Amino acid sequence: MSEGHSTYTPKTGIGRWFDSRMPLPRLVYDSFIAYPVPRNLNYAWTFGGILALMLAAQILTGIVLAMHYAADSTLAFDSVEKIMRDVNSGWLLRYLHSNGASFFFIAVYIHIFRGLYYGSYKAPRELLWILGCIIYLLMMATGFMGYVLPWGQMSFWGATVITGFFTAIPLVGDWIQQLLLGGFAVDNPTLNRFFALHYLLPFMIAGVVVLHIWALHVVGQNNPTGIEVKSKTDTLAFTPYATIKDGFGMIVFLLVFAYFVFYLPNYLGHPDNYTVANPLKTPAHIVPEWYFLPFYAILRAITFNIGPINSKLGGVLCLFGAIVMLFLVPWLDTSKVRSAVYRPWYKLFFWLFVADSILLGWLGSQPAEGSYVFMAQMATLFYFAFFLVALPVLGLIEKPRRLPNSITEAVLEKNKGGGGHPAGATAAPETKG
Amino acid sequence: MIPKSGNRYSDKVMLETVTARQRISRGFGMKKILTSLALLGLVAAGIGVAGTGANAQEEAHNEAAPTHFPIHEPKEMDWSFAGPFGTYDKAQLQRGLKVYKEVCSACHSMNLVAFRTLEGLGYSDAQIKTLAAEYTIHDGPNDAGDMFDRPGKPSDHFPAPFPNAEAAAAANGGAAPPDMSLLAKARGIERGFPRFVFDIFTQYAQGGPDYIHSLLTGYDQQPPAGMVIPEGTHYNPYFLSGVSLKMPKPLSDGQVTYDDGAPQTVDQYSRDVSAFLMWAAEPHLEDRKKTGFRVLVFLLLFGALVYLTKRKVWAGVAH
Repeated sequence: MSEGHSTYTPKTGIGRWFDSRMPLPRLVYDSFIAYPVPRNLNYAWTFGGILALMLAAQILTGIVLAMHYAADSTLAFDSVEKIMRDVNSGWLLRYLHSNGASFFFIAVYIHIFRGLYYGSYKAPRELLWILGCIIYLLMMATGFMGYVLPWGQMSFWGATVITGFFTAIPLVGDWIQQLLLGGFAVDNPTLNRFFALHYLLPFMIAGVVVLHIWALHVVGQNNPTGIEVKSKTDTLAFTPYATIKDGFGMIVFLLVFAYFVFYLPNYLGHPDNYTVANPLKTPAHIVPEWYFLPFYAILRAITFNIGPINSKLGGVLCLFGAIVMLFLVPWLDTSKVRSAVYRPWYKLFFWLFVADSILLGWLGSQPAEGSYVFMAQMATLFYFAFFLVALPVLGLIEKPRRLPNSITEAVLEKNKGGGGHPAGATAAPETKG
Repeated sequence: MIPKSGNRYSDKVMLETVTARQRISRGFGMKKILTSLALLGLVAAGIGVAGTGANAQEEAHNEAAPTHFPIHEPKEMDWSFAGPFGTYDKAQLQRGLKVYKEVCSACHSMNLVAFRTLEGLGYSDAQIKTLAAEYTIHDGPNDAGDMFDRPGKPSDHFPAPFPNAEAAAAANGGAAPPDMSLLAKARGIERGFPRFVFDIFTQYAQGGPDYIHSLLTGYDQQPPAGMVIPEGTHYNPYFLSGVSLKMPKPLSDGQVTYDDGAPQTVDQYSRDVSAFLMWAAEPHLEDRKKTGFRVLVFLLLFGALVYLTKRKVWAGVAH
């Protein structure tokens, strides 16, 4: 709870002894048991818990893998194969960790899209949203460096291409690239520092996650209606209601995760990464991990110079710009209504944006030639138009549907109507002031 | 399987290819703007479909000078190790090992595979000892500081046919034959949309063995008229990165003697060695699939119980 002055006293003597010296039992009670959650949260809200679970799982499997891994360019590839072949259940640890990264990103993308759909970034949750964006950035850095560690062909050439982006920055670009690489090309020093950072960053993520959850517990959760909690009837206690629902969400997510780990462990990877890195042999198509593909497509879409900005710098600016957009969303969206449920036009554009992101992802996996380039340019244009045009303009011109007065009212209306939509929501469209 | 050559990639090229004119539709009135923006995504998707079609046509037109490889996609075979309950056919793996030993190992190393792991092929400890002892391992230094040769032990790995990559390249026309330990996972062609979606549900993970089998059986096909085959290379429409590769046709009918009555044909040899290479690349595949089934059954049951509990907890609460 946000108020800070908790009325909780532990039931046991030892609990009270502990609590009066350090109020940890109180903190846990207030955060995970009594914490009030809106009663209308749907399963899209279970992904916060799923992400916490994935972070913990990645750290655990990662620490054990690090016990067997050798961060040396002559040993790394073989040490990973030793894990796969000779370490007890090593294949399981390694497949859990490599697929775990992918599923971490699947979960974070659903989490982000959920935030976009229900307007979870709007006041007073801007800082909560930005902390999430920082976590996402840290995840990208961690995922990228982790992919380099097996020292396969795609590891090496992916690292070469991605660190090459930095050379596009005027004046300091080359210096930054050399600092990242520890030399003039990807080599043993690169592998060493990437391993050190790959081990460090997850703990930084964990730190920002604590801030993210802290901020969440101050402002409270958003909900499908986007209406703030107004009375006690709007909420339920975290335990048992949210815990059991989150638990079920986690199990379903783990089912899909396990399906890939055990039956399609290399589906999300690239065959070339089972060939040891060779600086003298460039793969025909260098593709990053799937979760970077939309950004890769945006990077390659810029094939033309714009004034003093050449295509390479332009591509890099668009790539970083695409991520910066997320940080700016709280201020780009001018709508006073949070949830897309009551915003028919925004809802349409949201789903087009989802489709556009998937299209960009597919284009990122295709060679940058022929019609793919034009498609990527159009899709990139739409990507930026969504943030820079749709979000500000729609908020000003769109007529939202009638909002219920409270979460409780929305729930009661829904239960009366029986359907998935709030009954009578379209009956009296409210003009926005 | 000579490593890929003919690289066309450099990030500059990638960033500075075709420049296309941007068309921005302008409409007056809010509805027009909204509708046109909304349609943009659909237009882009439409161009995508048209574009893919155009690419396919291009390929069909220039038979003698194809631009996309492989020319033919690998044939999808039935593998005993496919699917959720897949297991290795041990007799097939043993035949595949024989093909590797008698043919492939003349040029291809298999550095990551230890003799002791051959128990996965159904061999006993004694058989593995005998098999390992057939090989000579260069070892040392001994107490006197000298290197020496000794018979192989189960803990040894398959010795490489060449002392180093340079020697391998020099003896094979400039390109070192790839190590075979992971070949079945290191090869595979892109499946493309929508097949990569179906692959999730069919659990298609046999791209490597399918590719190896098709390549090994693809040497007898004749190149289309007018196609230029570089000297010292061999036409193979299944080769992943060109019209031809440096490896000559490695297998011919009757070359390896099977003692279990399996047909002694190139097709059978290719199937067997592909299956063997899948095992070499993924020795714990059976264990993985068995464990996976148990994990999924557990999660399904646990999930059902948690779901029922959730229903009970939420039963009295409007939400």
